[in-house]
Amino acid sequence: MGDTEVDGKLKRMVFVTVGTTCFDALVRAVDTEQVKQKLYARGYTHLLIQMGRGTYNPTEYHGEDGLVVEYFSFSSSIADHLKSASLVISHAGSGSIFETLRLGKPLIVVVNEDLMDNHQIELAEELAERKHLYCARPQTLRQTIESLNLDFLIPYTQGDAKPVARLINRFLGFPED
Amino acid sequence: MMDSSITIAAVILSISLILSRVLYVIYWSGRPVRNKRVEPVSTLIVLGSGGHTAEMLNVLSVLQKDLFAPRFYIAAATDNMSLQKARTYENQLADKTGAEVDRIAQFMQIYRSREVGQSYFTSVWTTLIATLHALWLMLKLRPQVILCNGPGTCIPLCVIAFIFKVMGIRWSSIFYVESIARVKRLSLSGLILYKLYMADQFFVQWPQLQRIYPRARYVGCLM
Repeated sequence: MGDTEVDGKLKRMVFVTVGTTCFDALVRAVDTEQVKQKLYARGYTHLLIQMGRGTYNPTEYHGEDGLVVEYFSFSSSIADHLKSASLVISHAGSGSIFETLRLGKPLIVVVNEDLMDNHQIELAEELAERKHLYCARPQTLRQTIESLNLDFLIPYTQGDAKPVARLINRFLGFPED
Repeated sequence: MMDSSITIAAVILSISLILSRVLYVIYWSGRPVRNKRVEPVSTLIVLGSGGHTAEMLNVLSVLQKDLFAPRFYIAAATDNMSLQKARTYENQLADKTGAEVDRIAQFMQIYRSREVGQSYFTSVWTTLIATLHALWLMLKLRPQVILCNGPGTCIPLCVIAFIFKVMGIRWSSIFYVESIARVKRLSLSGLILYKLYMADQFFVQWPQLQRIYPRARYVGCLM
């Protein structure tokens, strides 16, 4: 799933995305030694961080014996990064969540507790309850990665807008389909 | 003495007339049209940042575009992304059908009454401007159908549409789809439209919400 081979070596990338938000707490959490070691121990080779409007720059690493770490602020090719990722760690925005689920990628959603009206927790927790993803906080991310069991996740079946369209058509007197 | 009692009677009479008209509009608003029709309806689509626009474009993608035309897209003045996405969508449609985008779709921005973090004092003034702007747009467009799914910019537009109904200027059908991000509680926009009976049809994407708001219709996840 997303694994690619580079120079005969298997590349397994963890892609971290915060969308257009500022979520330094998440970037800091993935940038800790414990989290990076846990990811490396689980067989991931690359960590790519999209840090959005955040100001905390993670430490890059290009060495041989450890997780390769790179970061950037914004990119028009988020979709490509998601496609090539083996694991996605995302903020709780519904756009990022459903784009990742649609690609069938394992996903850890990290809820930003600093947001004022944080209704996003509702969506992440509901989808976690239905076992489509893991839901964490910045301070619990390490434990979540430790206990990660990807076989536990149930693939998300993409939703359907047709029922709404049918009801709107019926209401307006249009043919229903 | 005589004069003042006539005035009071006139006031009471006009208030009850307006009230009964409001009740009449609320009563008929949630009811589907009885006659089958095939002529297209002009449609106002309110877009919002984040996941809102993606959900709305998802709904649009399954509607018959020749019946929902022309289409007017509105987004907040501070939101450049949403109209861009709508434009891309319309261009792709036009490429397929060979129609001219300018003739079936219009894209416009609307002032927001209050930006995140703005003080309440200055927001009195900005709300006034935003309301007048919304009124101007609604007078110009007079859409037959309004589709919205959450951003606060839909409130002034829907309130004006409701007042137009009461005044007999234009009868428009308002469809509100609560965002998929709302699982347990409605958004403020959703709550206002639901409580004030302003949406002709109110859709929610999670069964929990339908249990709390029985007039809503559960339609499953759109995404």
